[in-house]
Parts: sequence; C-alpha cells; structure tokens
Amino acid sequence: MYQSILNFKRARYLWLALAVSVMSIATYQWHQPIGMPNGGTWLGYTLGTIGALLIVWLLLLGMRKRSYNSNMGTVQGWTSAHVYLGTALLLIGTLHGGFQFGMNVHTLAYVLMVAVILSGFFGIFVYLKYPNLLTVNRSGDTLDSLLDKVLKIDDRSRRIAATPDLSRLVDSAIDGCEIGGGWWQQLTAKGSSTISIPNAFDSDGQEKSQSNKDQALVIDVLANRLSQLSGGGDEAGAVQGLIANFAAKQTLLRRIKRDVQIRAILKIWLYIHVPISFALLAALITHVIVVFFYW
Amino acid sequence: METFDIAVIGSGPGGMSAGAHAAELGLSHILLEGSPKHSNTIQKYQKGKHVMDTPTKLPLRSPLDFSAGTREYILDKWEEGMTSTNTNIQYGSEVSAIEGSKGDFTITLVNGKKIGAKFIILGIGVQGNPRKLGCPGDEFEHVQYQLDDPDEYKGERIAIVGAGDAAIENAIGLAGSNQVCIINRRDEFARAKQGNLDLITSSISEGVIECFYEANPARIEENPSDESRYIFFLSTPTGEVPVPVDRVIARLGAIPPRRLVESFGIEFPNDSPAALPELSSQYESNVPGMYVIGALGGYPLIKQAMNQGYEVVEYIQGNNIEPADHPLFVEAFDGLPYDKTIDEILEYLQASSPIYNGINPLNFREFILDSKVSQRAPGDELCVKGEFTDSFFVVVDGNAYVKLPGVGEFHFNRGGFFGEQSLISGRRRTATVYAGEGCVVVETPRRSMVKLINSVESVKRVLDEAFILRALQTKFAPNTPHDQLAEVVANTELKTFDANQNIYTEGEHGDEVHLIRIGSVTSVKQSNKKEVITSYMPVGHYFGEAGVMGDGMRTDTVRANVRTETICLNKASFVTLLEKEPGLQKEIQSHVRDRLTVEARMEAQPKGGELMSFLMSEGLGEGTDVLLIDETLCVGCDNCEKACAETHDGNSRLNREAGASFADVHVPISCRHCEHPHCMKDCPPDAIHRASDGEVFIDQEACIGCGNCVRNCPYDVISLQKNPAPKPTLLHWLLTGKGPGPGGKQYAEGETIKKAVKCDACKDNAGGAACVRACPTGAAMRLNPKDFVDLVGSRFGS
Ligand SMILES: Cc1cc2nc3c(=O)[nH]c(=O)nc-3n(C[C@H](O)[C@H](O)[C@H](O)COP(=O)(O)OP(=O)(O)OC[C@H]3O[C@@H](n4cnc5c(N)ncnc54)[C@H](O)[C@@H]3O)c2cc1C
Ligand code: HEM
Ligand code: HEM
Ligand code: SF4
Ligand code: SF4
Ligand code: SF4
Repeated sequence: MYQSILNFKRARYLWLALAVSVMSIATYQWHQPIGMPNGGTWLGYTLGTIGALLIVWLLLLGMRKRSYNSNMGTVQGWTSAHVYLGTALLLIGTLHGGFQFGMNVHTLAYVLMVAVILSGFFGIFVYLKYPNLLTVNRSGDTLDSLLDKVLKIDDRSRRIAATPDLSRLVDSAIDGCEIGGGWWQQLTAKGSSTISIPNAFDSDGQEKSQSNKDQALVIDVLANRLSQLSGGGDEAGAVQGLIANFAAKQTLLRRIKRDVQIRAILKIWLYIHVPISFALLAALITHVIVVFFYW
Repeated sequence: METFDIAVIGSGPGGMSAGAHAAELGLSHILLEGSPKHSNTIQKYQKGKHVMDTPTKLPLRSPLDFSAGTREYILDKWEEGMTSTNTNIQYGSEVSAIEGSKGDFTITLVNGKKIGAKFIILGIGVQGNPRKLGCPGDEFEHVQYQLDDPDEYKGERIAIVGAGDAAIENAIGLAGSNQVCIINRRDEFARAKQGNLDLITSSISEGVIECFYEANPARIEENPSDESRYIFFLSTPTGEVPVPVDRVIARLGAIPPRRLVESFGIEFPNDSPAALPELSSQYESNVPGMYVIGALGGYPLIKQAMNQGYEVVEYIQGNNIEPADHPLFVEAFDGLPYDKTIDEILEYLQASSPIYNGINPLNFREFILDSKVSQRAPGDELCVKGEFTDSFFVVVDGNAYVKLPGVGEFHFNRGGFFGEQSLISGRRRTATVYAGEGCVVVETPRRSMVKLINSVESVKRVLDEAFILRALQTKFAPNTPHDQLAEVVANTELKTFDANQNIYTEGEHGDEVHLIRIGSVTSVKQSNKKEVITSYMPVGHYFGEAGVMGDGMRTDTVRANVRTETICLNKASFVTLLEKEPGLQKEIQSHVRDRLTVEARMEAQPKGGELMSFLMSEGLGEGTDVLLIDETLCVGCDNCEKACAETHDGNSRLNREAGASFADVHVPISCRHCEHPHCMKDCPPDAIHRASDGEVFIDQEACIGCGNCVRNCPYDVISLQKNPAPKPTLLHWLLTGKGPGPGGKQYAEGETIKKAVKCDACKDNAGGAACVRACPTGAAMRLNPKDFVDLVGSRFGS
C-alpha cells in the first residue's frame, strides 16, 4: 500500500532510466567518431544536451517541492524520477565527455556533477534507512516527551538533594547540562555538558568548570560520596536516589542525542547536495559558453 | 412587594434589549440579572475576543448598538445604551421561582426577595448556572466558580474542586505560581480528555499538584490564624481532613437551565437535551404571559436575541409588528411561482407535508429561513447518488423522482420527502433524485433537521419508518414494491449499541440479521486465546446472515466501534425477504464467501488484528478520510505541514509529530472527517458543513470563533487562528530571503479576529490532499477505514 521512493509505481522511473542508459551505451558503442569520442561530436552534443536538460530538470525538484498548489504529479513521483534519472546522468555525462578529463572547466563541471550524484546516493540511503532508526530509538516517545522526562527528573533531583552541598552539585550538573548545540554537536551526538564540583566532594580545593560529558563525572562524584557514607542515613539515601536519577537521565540524554543526530543526518546532506548542484549549474553554464566560444 | 408591568429575567443580549426597549417606551419594567454584571455569557468570552454580528443580512432592531467588534467594545456600548435609556437593571438577582399567572406573577429571588410582574420575559440563555459547592461556607468571598486568567494569582494556596477538563486546566494553569491542590470526588479522573489526563496524573505523581481522591467538601471556615484565609474541611474515607487555603475554585460544571424553566411551568416536548420549549409565533410559552427569547428559545446568535427582545416588548404592548427577518423571507421566496404574502406562503409550505405538522409557527419560520425553497427545472439533479451531502428534501409542488432499474420511476409528490438515508447514516447518497414537472422543494440542512427530530416526536417516527423501508429495499429487495415490504418493516426493530459494546458474541445462539444504519462495527474472532479483528463494516453493511443460513451458532463476535444503530431483522422476516427476492439467496452466499476470505486472511495475521485494534482505539472507525503516516518512510521534513499551511491561509491544519503510533503506523493530529462529526454539534451560526465527498469543512465567513467545535472534537484537530497576512512569493523569498518562507506566516498589525480552522481535505483542489501530494517519500496517505484491511494485509501479509 505504502511505497518507498524507489518502489514508486512499480519503479517506473527505474525502467525509464535503464532504457535511457541502454540506449546511450548502445549508441556510444555503435558511434565511430573521427578521432576520440568527445563532447564535440554529434553524439557528444546530443548527450551533452540531454545531460544539461536533465540537470536543469533535477534542479527544478526544489521548485516543485515548494509549489504546494501544483497538481503536476506528486512530489514523491518527482523524487522517484529524480533519483533514477539523476543516477542515469552519471552515465550520460561520462559518455558525453568521452572519458576526456583534464584541468579545465569542463572537468570541473563533471566533478561537481559526480559530487552531487554521490551526495544524492548518500541522501537516498539515509532516507530509506534512518526513519526506522528514529522510530526504534524513540520507542513510543517523542522528542518533546523525552525532554519532558528529563525536566521532571531534574526537578526530582533538585528536590531530593538533602544537603546544601548536594544541592549545589545537582544544580551545577543540571545547569551545565547541554542538549543539542551546533551542527557539529548534533551530528556527532556529543554534548559539552559541564559541572563544577563543590569542595566538599573534591579535595583539590578549587571549584572550576569541568567536563561532565555523558553525565559521567556527576555520577562518579556521587558514587564516591556514597562510598564515604557507609553508615547510611539521610544523605546516603539522597545520594542513592540521585545516582539513580542521573543514571536515568544519562540514558534519556543518549536517546535524545541519538534522535537529534538522526534528524540532523536526515537534513544535513541536503545542505551539501543543493549548494553543489548550484555550483554545478554555474560550472555547466561556463562550460557551454566556453565550448561555443572556442569552437 | 414591588410590582412592575414587565419583568425581564437575564440580561444577555436578548433580555437587555427587551429591558432597554421597555425603558425607551417608558414602560414600568425591571431587568433581573443573576450575576454581578450584565450579559454574563459574553463577559465570559476570552479577553479581546472579536464578537461577530452574523447573520449579517439580518437587520438589527434594538435600542442598543451592536456591530462586530471586540468583546470589550460591545459590552461598553451596551452599558452606555442601558444608561442612556434608563434601563432599570438589578444585579445579583438570580431568580429561583416564579408563581402566579398572567397579570399577576410573583418572582422569587435566591436571596429571598419577591417581585411582582404582569408579564415575564425569560432570556436566561442556555449556559446554566455553575453547580455550587453546596457546603457551609461556600458563600465566602474567595470561593469562586470561574477562572478568567490564571496569571492573576500568585503565591496563593488554592483548592480546585472537580475532575473535569476545566478543573484540570485551571489546576495546571495555576500550579506554576501557586500552591495548588485538586479535590476529586472519585478515585480517578475519568471524565477528562486524554491530554489533560496525562498532564494531571504526571503533575500529581511529580508532587507539583496535590490530589485528594474520594474527597467531598464538608465545610469551609475562616482560619483564625494568619496562616491562610480559610480552612477547607474535606470528608474522606479516612475521616475529615483540614486543608488550609486562600481560595477555592469549584469547577463542577453547569446546571442546565431546563429544570428551573420547567419549574416555572414551561413545557418541553421530550427528554432530549436538545429539546426546546414550545413557543407561539410571538415567543409566548405555554404559560400565558410568560415569554421566552434568545438562546433558551433556540436562537443561538446575539443579533437574533436582541431583535427578539425588541419584538417581544412590542407584542406585549399588543403591536403585531412584522418580525425583523421579514426582508430575509422576501429575498428567500423570490422566484417562487406563488402570488401570496409571506405569511401565506409559510402557511402553504407548512401544510404541504405531515412532517411539518407538529412544528409551531415560530419554529417553522426559523426552519424555513435555514432551508432553501426553490423551484427546480425538470430533470435537475436534486441530490446525487454517491455524494456525501446530507440535506433533507420535501416536495411542496409538482414532483421529483428516482429511477429504479427494473421497477421504473418512483415519484415523490406534494408532501413526499427524501434524503433521510444520508441524514441519518452520515453516508453517501443512495440514489439520485431528479426534479419532475413544476417541482418546488424545501431543502433543509442537517442541523435544522436534527433540531426538528429532537423537538417533534412524530418526525422521528415518520423518518425512521421511511428509512427502514427504503434501506431494506435498496439492500435486499430492489425488485419488490414498497407495499409488499410493509409487513417486514413492521417486524424490524432499531437497536442501539454503545461504543465497544458486543452486538453478539462468538459461540452464542442467534439468528437475527443486522443492517448497520449508523456507526460501524468490527468482527472479532478468538484465535489461540487472543482476539483477532477479522473485518471492519461501515454503514450499509449487514452481518449475522450466517446465523440464519446455517445452524444459528455465531462464529464471530461483532462489536460496535462507535455508537452504532442497526436495523435488526428476525429470522422469519429475513426468510420472507429471501422468498420475495429470488436473486437474494445467491447474493448473500457470495457475500458470505467474500467475508470468509477476508476473515481467513486477517486471521492468518494476528499482528494485523492488533494494528486494527489500535486504529479503532484511535477513533478512526468513525472517520471517512484519515491521514496515516508510515514511520519507516517519514523523514520528518514537515513538508506535509508546510503544504497544508501554504494552501490554507498560512495555518497548517495538521500536526505531524503529535499523535500515537503502533507498528510503524502513526496517526497524526488531523481531521478524520467523521461520519457524524462531533464538531458540528453545537455551532451557533451552523458554519460547519460536509461537502459532496464527505469533507467536513468550516465556512470561514460564517464562523464566529466561539470555540465550541474546538471543544467538541474529541481528536483535537480544530484550533482558533488569526488569518495571516499575504506574504512574498516563493521566488521572492528564494532570491531575497526576506519574509516568512514556505510554511511560515506573518500577521497584519492589529489583526485580532480568530476563527476556527481545520482540515478541509483540500476539497477545493482537484488534485486532492496537498499534504499527501507534497510528501517526498510517500509516507503520508489519506485512507478510508475500509482500506484498513488492505493496509494491514500489506504490512503483515506474506
Ligand atoms: C465563546 C462563545 C462565543 C460566541 N460568539 C458569538 C459571536 O461572536 N456572535 C454571536 O452572535 N454569538 C456568539 N455566541 C453566542 C451568543 O453568546 C449567544 O447566542 C447569546 O449570548 C445568547 O443570548 P441570550 O440573551 O439568549 O442569553 P445569554 O447571553 O446567555 O444571557 C443570559 C443571562 O441570564 C442570566 N441568568 C441566567 N440564569 C438566571 C437566573 N436564574 N436569574 C437571573 N439571571 C439569570 C445570565 O447570568 C446571563 O447574563 C457565542 C457563544 C459563546 C459561548
Ligand atoms: C548543452 C550541453 C553541452 C554541450 C553543448 C557540451 C559541449 C561540449 C563540447 C563541444 C565538448 C568538447 C570540448 C573539447 O573537446 O574541448 C565537451 C566536452 C566535455 N563536456 Fe560538455 N557539453 C554539454 C554539457 C555537458 C555536461 C552536462 C557535462 C557534465 C557535467 C559536460 C562535461 C563535459 C566534459 C567532462 C567534457 C570533456 C572535456 C575535455 O574534452 O577535456 N558537458 N562538451
Ligand atoms: C546532478 C544531479 C542532481 C541535481 C542537480 C540534484 C538537485 C537536487 C535539488 C535541487 C534538490 C532539491 C532539494 C530541496 O530543495 O530541498 C534535490 C533533492 C534530492 N535529490 Fe537530488 N540532484 C541530483 C542528483 C540526485 C541523485 C543521483 C540522487 C539519488 C540517487 C538524488 C537524490 C535526491 C533526494 C533524495 C532529494 C530529496 C528530496 C526531498 O527531500 O525533497 N539527487 N536534488
Ligand atoms: S511530508 Fe512526508 S516525510 Fe515529510 S514530514 Fe510529512 S509525512 Fe513525513
Ligand atoms: S473536526 Fe474532529 S469531530 Fe469534526 S470531523 Fe474532524 S475529527 Fe471529526
Ligand atoms: S488534506 Fe489538505 S487541509 Fe487536510 S491536512 Fe492535508 S493539506 Fe491540510
């Protein structure tokens, strides 16, 4: 019932792309140019034109995606065709140039084209693979509900911190906790949480901000504290509760970071794919102009 | 005892207009208002609400001003108007009893005061009075029944009494800056919406809000110490508990005014909560001298109420003025082939059909104004088979006909009616009806019909009889003439089942056949000690026939998904049908075969049954067009939401991320286009309609932004939104980056009007749902519940 981009309408554009590819190869094989095959032969011109038109059409996906009133097919159909014909372009472009590469604007255009296509491969891979990872990681929660749970655990931790020193430790760990952050942190799922340990827990005498990555340090400090409080009592109970809380928070934070990471990956590749495709457009225009001027 | 000629009770727009007009005429009058301010209903609107003056075409007839504007502006105008006309209004005068008769009524107020009056005008609206705590001390100053703005209170100890949505919302709203406890008479919060339930239970378990379960207010006492204002004593299963509080807010719902009104001697036609008191064309009730106007009389808009206030004073004076809606009738009757006055046409229309017999002339006027009376050219399609329209037709002159294959044409003559199938079942039209020679018809929208069915007993009976006859004929006996079916019809029974009620259970004996006329059911089988849903059946489907054909042992359990009504045939009747219709036997056999195939398929996929149960538990069984997202495909780009916003005035009508999921199927928050839309229930200007393909949509022109639909939709899909200002074109945004991009919006300065917005299934777009078309990955799909079987098959099939 539901179809993926690749299966759209029984992969009709796969067959179209295959047909175009087979025809290109056959013609290329059959064609006996004078000299080396290259963009200057009639076949070269033909394949070049087809390639250029394809590139313009591939770029138009960005427009179609945002023409919400348009009834020209569905965006999914466009994307399916985009993926298959974009892949066929790799062949068409290569055959057009007749494997003639050098240090020139023509080859620059070609390299950019390959880069866009490769990033497209990565994109389609994540589109097919990552949504599932997202669901598995969320297991019934949403990002909001996960964040909510963290806030609640924090509230609880603040409430059960029984001594002023514990309070300061907990407050510092909570205030220094970072979720999200810049692109890089999102992509790598690394937070840069910090904490400053009150003197009571740390003999070095100075309270400075230290890394509390993955809530590891705070759990460590609490565990040490617990071992000092072997006699039990109120504080020991509180510390035990806090360890459980921070451990739970650690698990939640990992899931949140993973969620943020997957979402980021699902988006980031377009920030590569699209700008290079515009660079490609510029290079292509230059290439065509150069070709017409110097021929 | 002070005595007046006219006593007006309730200072809503209706009562106030009556009071002001009496004052203007220099009549002896008093206007009694229960609350400390006039127009309590409007005072309770949200601050700054834009009040609308629908129906715009209706002229205003009142000494008080009224045109669309903010709540504050309108209330000020009315205040001014009452001052300048010298209206004798008395606040804090809630009326508790009326005795006596025309010329000599005695009105008793809650505070014990008595007032005499010759005539009484009742304009107390339908909001009712808040249910009181009913314990000693509930009269204290800081015991209240309403909360306008939770931010007004800071650092207080507040007890909220109640367990419904209002109580929970207040408790949550106040908990941020106050110390709040909630007092629940029961041991759980059963009446609340899911979202509120989650909020309150988590707040309680987090200790943010304290909850007293199974606790009843015993008394409130002033606290002798300074620690708090009062001490609130609760009686609990473990004894009395004192709670120090500064404020008590009781949200116990409102007592509908009906009991009170009945105690005045006014009669209602039946027990339905929607029933209205019977009134003469001059708003007089069955108690002579006692008049009813405004919402209480069934007129839910401000302008109507104000006009009636004016008119009723004139009628009491003996002036038989033309009602203000006269010009509307002139327009409505334009083009009809009658050389008659408005009143004569009305009479002629009412005499046309027995359906209209029981309606009083005043209600009939309103009924006709809501309807459309028109002459139709021969051959015109009045309603079209397969469409989702739900209006109801009565032939006034000439005829209309349906073409029945094999039988010929069936004619409806003067008084004949049709359209009851879709009206009752909420399903597609079952036949196309054409206009015949000289055809004049009254076409009435669903809401007015529902009102009529609820207020005139005989209408329901007549419609049900016709419904059963025509439904049986369409389904089982298309070639048998009506008269031969009379006996079968007489032996049928209408049965009603609540959501989740079993209609019959696997293994029991039974030989009744059910034809679904409202709602939908699922069939369930026991398989390895687990329940497996094996099929979904909407309106128009029948089940139980295997019992008649076979040994009478039920092989499955059939359960109502939503409130469901069936036409129930006993074995004898069904056998009669089989005898009369030679082809039926065969058809039923193939029906049974088809069902068994589907059931076998479903039984092989127990996981599929769980998915089906999930979809039903999400309330999708009552939908006709539901948005489902495949989580394995959705990349979270939100292009669906952007598409919706871009094609619908900048406000997205779906929330992709919210909502529940099961087995990778996600049910986002988006309209399901219910068969019997809850949102339509209580819309004052009747602005919510169904389009021909079943799309439930809100007429933005007509919507007054009251928010009733927002509350009535159980699925949280409607919201009140301002209309965003136009924004730059896509190209402009792409090139300059200025202004909001796709999916974004901006507002004009000073824009305050909020209206209800919801998904309209993109009914105006030939290509269909924009959200679905814009999804790059194919994750979003709109489905009809009858496709669920396929969905389940495609997910879990081998
Ligand atoms: C949120 C909301 C928004 C709305 N927006 C609009 C709009 O924009 N435009 C529009 O046309 N309509 C709107 N309506 C509908 C409109 O408010 C009502 O149709 C209108 O108020 C009905 O007027 P009424 O005079 O019949 O009764 P009400 O306005 O309900 O007035 C009844 C009055 O009687 C008093 N009263 C009740 N019982 C007693 C008693 N026993 N003794 C003494 N006094 C008593 C009450 O305190 C109240 O002041 C809206 C309704 C709601 C709920
Ligand atoms: C309207 C479209 C096009 C025209 C008219 C065109 C024309 C030409 C011509 C005439 C040549 C031969 C130049 C030479 O031998 O010096 C050439 C070479 C080449 N073209 Fe194109 N081309 C087009 C599109 C493209 C596209 C879409 C690409 C790939 C992105 C491309 C990449 C190349 C490459 C890599 C060469 C080989 C360069 C070389 O010989 O050193 N061309 N093209
Ligand atoms: C030179 C070739 C290509 C060009 C110029 C190109 C260009 C584009 C552009 C402009 C977009 C629109 C992005 C947006 O506006 O959000 C896009 C999207 C996309 N492209 Fe390409 N592309 C090319 C090749 C490919 C290939 C080969 C693949 C995959 C095999 C691919 C996969 C995609 C996908 C999956 C999207 C995302 C669709 C969406 O999320 O809306 N592209 N591409
Ligand atoms: S448009 Fe499709 S992929 Fe994007 S968020 Fe909506 S459902 Fe998911
Ligand atoms: S708004 Fe709500 S009640 Fe109305 S049709 Fe949609 S889902 Fe049903
Ligand atoms: S069907 Fe149309 S109106 Fe409804 S959610 Fe989708 S885009 Fe919005």
